Amino acid sequence: MDLNQDDLSAPHSMGTTIIGVTYNGGVVLGADSRTSTGVYVANRASDKITQLTDNVYVCRSGSAADSQIVSDYVRYFLHQHTIQLGQPATVKVAANLVRLISYGNKNMLQTGLIVGGWDKYEGGKIYGIPLGGTLIEQPFAIGGSGSSYLYGFFDQAWKEGMTKDEAEQLVVKAVSLAIARDGASGGVVRTVIINSEGVTRNFYPGDKLPLWHEELEPQNSLLDILNTTSPEPMNM
Amino acid sequence: MHSNPAKNHSLVGPEAASERTLYPYVTGTSVVAIKYKDGILMAADMGGSYGSTLRYKSVERLKLIGKHSLLGASGEMSDFQEILRNLDELILYDNMWDDGNSLGPKEVHSYLTRMMYNRRNKFDPLWNSLVLGGVKNGQKYLGMVSMIGVNFEDDHVATGFGNHLARPILRDEWHENLTFEEGVKLLEKCMRVLLYRDRSAVNKLQIAKITEVGVTISQPYSLKTFWGYSAFHNPTVGAEGSW
Repeated sequence: MDLNQDDLSAPHSMGTTIIGVTYNGGVVLGADSRTSTGVYVANRASDKITQLTDNVYVCRSGSAADSQIVSDYVRYFLHQHTIQLGQPATVKVAANLVRLISYGNKNMLQTGLIVGGWDKYEGGKIYGIPLGGTLIEQPFAIGGSGSSYLYGFFDQAWKEGMTKDEAEQLVVKAVSLAIARDGASGGVVRTVIINSEGVTRNFYPGDKLPLWHEELEPQNSLLDILNTTSPEPMNM
Repeated sequence: MHSNPAKNHSLVGPEAASERTLYPYVTGTSVVAIKYKDGILMAADMGGSYGSTLRYKSVERLKLIGKHSLLGASGEMSDFQEILRNLDELILYDNMWDDGNSLGPKEVHSYLTRMMYNRRNKFDPLWNSLVLGGVKNGQKYLGMVSMIGVNFEDDHVATGFGNHLARPILRDEWHENLTFEEGVKLLEKCMRVLLYRDRSAVNKLQIAKITEVGVTISQPYSLKTFWGYSAFHNPTVGAEGSW
C-alpha cells in the first residue's frame, strides 16, 4: 500500500499563500514571504507581490522562476500598452495579458497568479489565474499551497462591502492562519493596498501577528522565564 | 541549408509552442440538454473544480453564441474560454458580411467539431466536452462534440457523469413536445441526481432556454435535496457495525 503517493491527476499544490480581496474603494493584496527549495528555505523574506504598473500588482505563487518571467513579460507589454494608450492600463487588460502567457504556455509553466489593482473605469478588481490559464474575476481570491487551509475560513469570514481596514485585517489574519499550518508558507506577511489615492505597502513581522492554537508567546530565553517565576523560599 | 519551417517559437499568444497532450486543471462537470416543444433546454452547474477541491462556485458554463446557438461546456475551463474567443471571431466575421444571413447551430457545431478533431490529431486536444443547441428557422438542433472530435446529434445529450446518470432518466421520460415546465422539471430531476452522486457537482446551477425568439439564461439558483428516508436516519438498524 503506497502511503505517500498523490493522486496522479490532481494538480500540484504550490509553496506560498497569496490572497487578493476587494473592498469598497480598492483592493488589498497579501502574501507570505517564504521561498523554499525542497525542504530548505532559500529566502525567508521574499516579496511575492510584484508591481506590473503604477496601479496593478500581481501576487505570485508556484515556481518562482516561472512567476517572475511571466511578470516581467507582462510588465514589458503593459509598459508599451500604456505609452500607446496614453493613460494607465486597466486591471482587466493586465489580467488578460497574464492569461495570454499562462494559457499559451500551459505545458511548461507552473505558476498560479492573482492580479489586483484599481482603475478609474471599474474601481478595485481582483482576477485569479490558476494553473492552466483560466481567467476568473472574483470579489476575493486565494492561491498557493497555504490556501487549502483558508477555504473554510473565507467561506465564513468574507463579507461584501468591507472597509479598507477590515479588508487588510482579514488578509493579515488569513495569511497568518495559513502560515501556522502550511510548511511551505512562512516568514512575514506583506500587504499592498491599491485604490484611487495610490499604493500602500505594509509589513507585518511574526511578532505583530496573533498567536493561534498551540502557539506560545515568543521569549528571548528560558532564563527570563525562570527569573520571572518567584524564587522558592529558602529552607533554614 | 534549410530552416525549421512551421514551428512557432513565440512564447506569447495561443499559437505558442505546445507539443504534447496536457491534463486538465480547472474543470467543469456535467452539462445536460434536451429538445422540447419550443426549442432547447440546457442545464449546467456553476462549479469549477481544481482536482478534488471545489474551488470556484460561480463559473458560467452556458454561453450564447451569435443569435441562434447555446454552448455548454464541461472539462478544462481555460480551453473553454479559448473556444469562446475563437467563436467570437467567427461570429464577428459572420456579422461583417452583413448579408442578412447568420450562422445557425448546425454551422457552429460543425466548426467546433473541426476545431476539436484537428487539435486531437495534433495530440494537443482542447480538453472539453461541448454541447451545442439552438433553433433556426423553426428547426431545433442539439448536438455534442467530445475532446477527441466524436460528434453527434440527438434529442437529449449529456457530458461526463451526466451520460451515466442523466441519460437513462431521459431515455425513460423524454418525449416529443415537452412543455417548458415539463422540460425544466425533467432537467432538475437529472441535476438533482447528479448533485447526490457526482463528487464534483456544486449546488448552484443555471438552466438556459433557446427558442426561435431568443435565449434566456436563468439566474443562478440552488436545488432542495431530500434526506428524509428512515434508512438514512438509521442505516445500521438490524445490522450493527454496518454502514
